[in-house]
Amino acid sequence: MSTVTATIPVPLVGHKEAPAAPSAGRRLRRALGDSLVITERNLIGFLRVPQSLFFLSVQPIMFVLLFRYVFGGAIKIPGVDYTDYLMPGIFVQTAAFGSISTAVGMSEDLQKGLIERFRALPMARSAVLAGRGLADLARAILVIVIMTGVGFAVGFRPHGGLAGFLAGIGILLLFSHSLSWGFSLIGLTAANSETAQVMAFPFIFPLTFASSAFVAVPSLPSWLQAFARNQPVSQVINAVRDLMLGNNLHVPGVLRTGGSTGHAALFAVLWCLVLLVVLAPASVRRYRRSV
Amino acid sequence: MPTYAIEAEGLVKRYKGGVLALNGVDLAVEEGTVFGLLGPNGAGKTTAVRIFTTTLVPDAGWARVLGLDVIEHAEEVRASIGLAGQFAAVDENLTGYENLRLIGQLNQLGRRRSAQRSRELLGRFGLEETADRPAKTFSGGQRRRLDVAASLVARPSILFLDEPTTGLDPQSRKDLWVMIEELVAEGTTVLLTTQYLEEADRLASIVAVVDHGRVIAEGTPEELKSKMGRTVLELEMSSAEDAVVTAEALHRLGSEVPQLSGAKVEVTVDHGAEFLTRALRSLDRRKLVPLHLALREPSLDDVFLALTGHRAEEGPIEPDAKGAKGAKL
Repeated sequence: MSTVTATIPVPLVGHKEAPAAPSAGRRLRRALGDSLVITERNLIGFLRVPQSLFFLSVQPIMFVLLFRYVFGGAIKIPGVDYTDYLMPGIFVQTAAFGSISTAVGMSEDLQKGLIERFRALPMARSAVLAGRGLADLARAILVIVIMTGVGFAVGFRPHGGLAGFLAGIGILLLFSHSLSWGFSLIGLTAANSETAQVMAFPFIFPLTFASSAFVAVPSLPSWLQAFARNQPVSQVINAVRDLMLGNNLHVPGVLRTGGSTGHAALFAVLWCLVLLVVLAPASVRRYRRSV
Repeated sequence: MPTYAIEAEGLVKRYKGGVLALNGVDLAVEEGTVFGLLGPNGAGKTTAVRIFTTTLVPDAGWARVLGLDVIEHAEEVRASIGLAGQFAAVDENLTGYENLRLIGQLNQLGRRRSAQRSRELLGRFGLEETADRPAKTFSGGQRRRLDVAASLVARPSILFLDEPTTGLDPQSRKDLWVMIEELVAEGTTVLLTTQYLEEADRLASIVAVVDHGRVIAEGTPEELKSKMGRTVLELEMSSAEDAVVTAEALHRLGSEVPQLSGAKVEVTVDHGAEFLTRALRSLDRRKLVPLHLALREPSLDDVFLALTGHRAEEGPIEPDAKGAKGAKL
């Protein structure tokens, strides 16, 4: 029934010649530009739905109150005030839980057909992911500011000084950004936003609770200690804690993975980079491939 | 030799889970025309559009847009097409203006030109009053128009409209039809998918009827209708007696047995215009003057029924952009 079935696959007269592929430099510039356009788009979205910031802060505030005033009295960490011990853990937990919203947002874009539209545009394949990652990073900074205020209000005193505190925040943001690539991947894989949330949770829950966030690792059953000590969330918490609380709080085996503050920070940064190097290409690959 | 804006041969796509969405589709769309892909849900229309718009890779066969292979030159193809997908994909939190500007910027138009073009399109699509409102407050018709406007920001030479009027009220549908007709008048090539036979009939110069991943018929709407060869002649006479005499006269001219109801006569014939001429001469000789007279072409719905044995609205849901099911407006 169809008409031209015997056409030979050669470009026809009057058609565009395939242009030469753009140079690497131009591609990079375009990827950056496109990412910033997507970042702006997502930030406008946050501004139009300010409630989302409220809900992102409520949960960590509850955890602060819960552990500071309910469980805190029963948890003894030798050599350190529990509120000081707790807050770096809360910061990292907040970053990790916040990345669930990255998965949900990506999944909503997919569900509403926006990703399909973006895929058909002459834009960088990494931009939708990188742009969301950057926007979520901006939001994470805001949440961290709020949590810092809450921390001070309940008695958190980072003895590591401003430099140590900011260095801790830096690692926190790097970690948050590395995670966002993984959670974008989950968002692109899930059938809908509810599923994305359900899929994200089993990753986040053991990593944040079987960690050094709320208790000292030696207090855990021995079979769990090996995991809790070496998994990335603990490593990041240890680094943030060391940087924020300062060197004067050295208690071997409790605050540190061993070694100096620099060591903990190095381990944490390495973990973040490994996550980034593995997760970013994986999610871009997933974005390119539809169905 | 005509130049083809879109060509495909032997397209096959089987989704994970085994659904055979396309089972050997050949297509050729001439530049500056509207090509209609007509078929029920699950016929493979969206899958074909996704292959042409570079978002899906076929299992077999090839497709070219403006002479460029959609896999090898995906990037270049994206730069010359516009897509308004099945689900009015607009960002709910952005205003009408921001939505268009976003698509302009991602089309590499730059911020200034995107802004300018967005204002232009808002005016053209009658969306001025929605320019500064978030899209979540839009009506279905407004969303759809914004969606089509977004696909035009970069002035594509080929536009893909995947079921552009699905779920719209009759007035919004007609408004959109007028807009599409204006685009075509300006020379844009349009590939349109639709479940609505009336829509394909009105907009498309060539229609391919697809069912179960195959093109089962192709031609102008008139050709498809004449394939059925059935035109209906309706006459309303001044009285039931006149109607009876008219019916006898028509039957004598070689028609099938006419249907009578009161003063109305309806008869199905092979060649409408020719039969009408003879019928009027015959009635004139008998001094019979109809009060009302109409030649009704068979609808594409009749065509579809005759071609496939089932009505166009049946069929399973097509596995489209993952997760997008049920989000239809």
